[in-house]
Amino acid sequence: MNKTGAHFSALCAAITLVEGCSYGVLNPKGPVGADEKVILFDATATMLTVVIPVIVCTLAFAWWFRARNPRAERRPDWQYSGRIEFVTWCIPAMIILFLGGMTWIGSHDLDPHKALRSAVRPVEIEVVSLDWKWLFIYPQERIATVNELVIPVNAPVHFTLTSGSVMNSFFIPQLGSQIYTMAGMVTQLNLLASTAGTYPGLSAQFSGDGFSDMRFDLKAVPEEEYRAWLISTHTNTEQLNAARYEKLAGPSHHDEPTTFGQVTPGLFDRIVTSPGLAIGSAPTSARIGGRSP
Amino acid sequence: MFGKLTLDAIPLNEPIPLATVCFLIVGIVGILSLVTWKGWWPYLWREWITSTDHKRIGVMYVILALVMLLRGFADAIMMRAQLALAAGHAAGYLPPAHYNQIFSAHGTIMIFFVAMAFVIGLMNFVLPLQLGARDVAFPVLNSVGFWLTAAGVLLINVSLGVGEFARTGWLAYPPLSELAYSPGVGVDYYLWSLQISGLGTLLSGINLTTTILKLRAPGMSYGRMPVFCWTALASNLLIVAAFPILTATFSMLLLDRYLGFHFFTNDGGGNPMMYINLIWGWGHPEVYILILPAFGVFSEVISTFAGKPLFGYRSMVMATMAICVLSFMVWLHHFFTMGAGANVNAFFGIATMIIAVPTGVKVFNWLFTMYGGSIRFSAPVHWAIGFMITFVIGGMTGVLMAIPPADFVLHNSLFLIAHFHNVIIGGVLFGVMAGYTYWFPKAFGFKLHEGLGKAVFWCWFVGFYLAFMPLYALGLMGATRRMQHYANPTWQPLMIVALGGAVIILFGILLTIVQLVVSIRSRERRRDLTGDPWNGRTLEWSISSPPPVWNFALLPTVSGPDAFWNAKRHPGTPGAAPPLVSLFVPKHSALGFFLAFFSVIFGFSMIWHIWWLAIVGLLGAITVSLRHAWQTELEDTISVATIDDHERFHHSQVARA
Repeated sequence: MNKTGAHFSALCAAITLVEGCSYGVLNPKGPVGADEKVILFDATATMLTVVIPVIVCTLAFAWWFRARNPRAERRPDWQYSGRIEFVTWCIPAMIILFLGGMTWIGSHDLDPHKALRSAVRPVEIEVVSLDWKWLFIYPQERIATVNELVIPVNAPVHFTLTSGSVMNSFFIPQLGSQIYTMAGMVTQLNLLASTAGTYPGLSAQFSGDGFSDMRFDLKAVPEEEYRAWLISTHTNTEQLNAARYEKLAGPSHHDEPTTFGQVTPGLFDRIVTSPGLAIGSAPTSARIGGRSP
Repeated sequence: MFGKLTLDAIPLNEPIPLATVCFLIVGIVGILSLVTWKGWWPYLWREWITSTDHKRIGVMYVILALVMLLRGFADAIMMRAQLALAAGHAAGYLPPAHYNQIFSAHGTIMIFFVAMAFVIGLMNFVLPLQLGARDVAFPVLNSVGFWLTAAGVLLINVSLGVGEFARTGWLAYPPLSELAYSPGVGVDYYLWSLQISGLGTLLSGINLTTTILKLRAPGMSYGRMPVFCWTALASNLLIVAAFPILTATFSMLLLDRYLGFHFFTNDGGGNPMMYINLIWGWGHPEVYILILPAFGVFSEVISTFAGKPLFGYRSMVMATMAICVLSFMVWLHHFFTMGAGANVNAFFGIATMIIAVPTGVKVFNWLFTMYGGSIRFSAPVHWAIGFMITFVIGGMTGVLMAIPPADFVLHNSLFLIAHFHNVIIGGVLFGVMAGYTYWFPKAFGFKLHEGLGKAVFWCWFVGFYLAFMPLYALGLMGATRRMQHYANPTWQPLMIVALGGAVIILFGILLTIVQLVVSIRSRERRRDLTGDPWNGRTLEWSISSPPPVWNFALLPTVSGPDAFWNAKRHPGTPGAAPPLVSLFVPKHSALGFFLAFFSVIFGFSMIWHIWWLAIVGLLGAITVSLRHAWQTELEDTISVATIDDHERFHHSQVARA
């Protein structure tokens, strides 16, 4: 029993450590992540009300009914009790009923499609995962960045996501929900940063050799700073057009953050409708079948 | 002439695989020469390789699983060492191309060739004995199933030395596994070895299902079947229903890769998500294929060593069958982050949680089986109690991830890795190790070393917590799975602890080997003459250890769930037994071995595009199958005298003990 206790307190200690000083999901910086953390804790606490007694009972029953214990009362033929069986079906059923309700409500409240309530107009960002970097297009501003995401603090951000290559998962642990990026398909995600700061983002779906470096920093900055950043990015003469995109889409590792002051309008839609655009940049020229029109 | 195969396929410039391959070749050549030198070939060929005896085949499955455990674990400890090193700017010692193969091979091997082989091996050995049957329903098919599994094992290990293995993860998600992104032979090794072994598993599933449905001893109605048989029935029904999905899915990916189809490609109207739906349509039932028989083992072990019938037998059976059905309705929880709507996610989340109800009932029933018992703390009981403690934690984290919004932050993280190792090690591995220790004396007639068995348990138990509790924490800290290095140096201490845990598990695995060697060397002292070393309750303990080829001289008549226990309590009059009659047992058959031989040739040449050799392999397989179909003499007769001799000998042994 001591052993399990020790393990458990070690786990708790580790979690406390995380709470204090990490970039993890237990240190959320936005409403989505905060709500998800509440669900994590509530669900865990609910289940622990059964799990801990079960562990204690396992050890207690096993120890008390050891063959060498002269004081234990033996019931070698006891194999059925309708009342106990009723209770053993009811306990997990009640827990699941409760958690099921939590699931239904939580799934709807925290649906990644769902726009976040806010007085501010959402910032639109289009996300394209490439081998092995992230391309972010700001369609309203007609600028783009690679491996760097700047957003205004306290403004909802609406991400529209796809992939120019294999599947990835777009994830900023401290803001909450992740979502897959898939070629030829579009997913939606709504997030908001309520505290200014720099938060790591990553791909959470293995995508090949450069996967481990598919990281970026999300910078949540005050509105004026965001405006200033937009203006300075606009002055950048680097253009992202189809040809530049083809070049960018080729496989590369550990790309430094870059920005583009101009983006061809509709580039994101073209990437979605012809995911083959990036196929020429696959690690090999081996390509079978035609490219989609 | 040799397709894509050239000398470049041999990894001469990569020291780690090269050294491993050299070591393996030396080992294999050493074993083969020892066998030749000792003149063991005729014995091995006659008694094992061509055996159609379910007990021998079961033992061979378990040996295969233990050997592959070494391979799968070598991969595991290499990954843990890499992650203990590769923090901040350090790159570790495994480049991504190699590291990615290692985690893909680790998952593939551990699930298909360790867990599956072990579970099927135990079911093969135990089921007919518990059912009171003389063999499985289709003994030759059983041998074919085993040898096709072995063929898959061989192919996957050839990839170490010739070419490469998949770098896509153990489920080879497209489009990454499509030709455009994985042009090498790695994915082909993956696909062909699993196609061949998957066919073997399906055959085995059909065989064992039929055995349970048709070959039960007189009087053994479904309500009197031991619980292990029930869990095995559920597991094999799932195999029969789920493995065809796997075969079909892989066939589509093979068509994409070999003939330019577009089932799952990015272009040409393909849809990779369809693969992900299909593969989990197999993949989720698969985890229940593994865990249900483990539940059965624990039920037998706890009941036997508590000296009590299983509490709530009917509840146990209902829970098992409920899990069997529900396991097909939850596959989408593996990809809540795909972007499906809230209703879809909530439906699959709740469906997943409902499985926790029958599972919870099982845990309570084991608790109440212990209650009022007289528990002997043997090694199998250690595994069972370790399981109950560990599995409820794994179940809890599983239900946690079944809540879609919680999964949105935990999906694909090390938290997930910790969760499924928590249930697969704490559930399946503890279960098969309990079963291995529990039924070993039945298979070989002597007990394993008890103290070393407990030491093995403690290594796995402590090692598991040290290796995987840090992973739960790391997952919450934002660490994702399959990363080859990471930037955040604060993760490193926990990674080092996890490596320490893996090292302790290594000791557990080494001690398993030591235990086996020590027990074999001192087998005369450990002999079990009675055939019933644990004071067992079910029919397998009513016959000699090891059982004769024909298992039961007279088919037992069953009048309740704990058939042998009842028989021991209310012994009938000895003179009442009907006279012995001569029996028929299936002849040995080399069909399985030759089918596997030609399958390996076929698979290997398909991987390397050596088309003429693939045709040779295919024709060879068809020829040996046809030849078997024309065989008319399929059974050997066992004379009454032989049976009688064995029975007398067994009774004299029992009297001596």
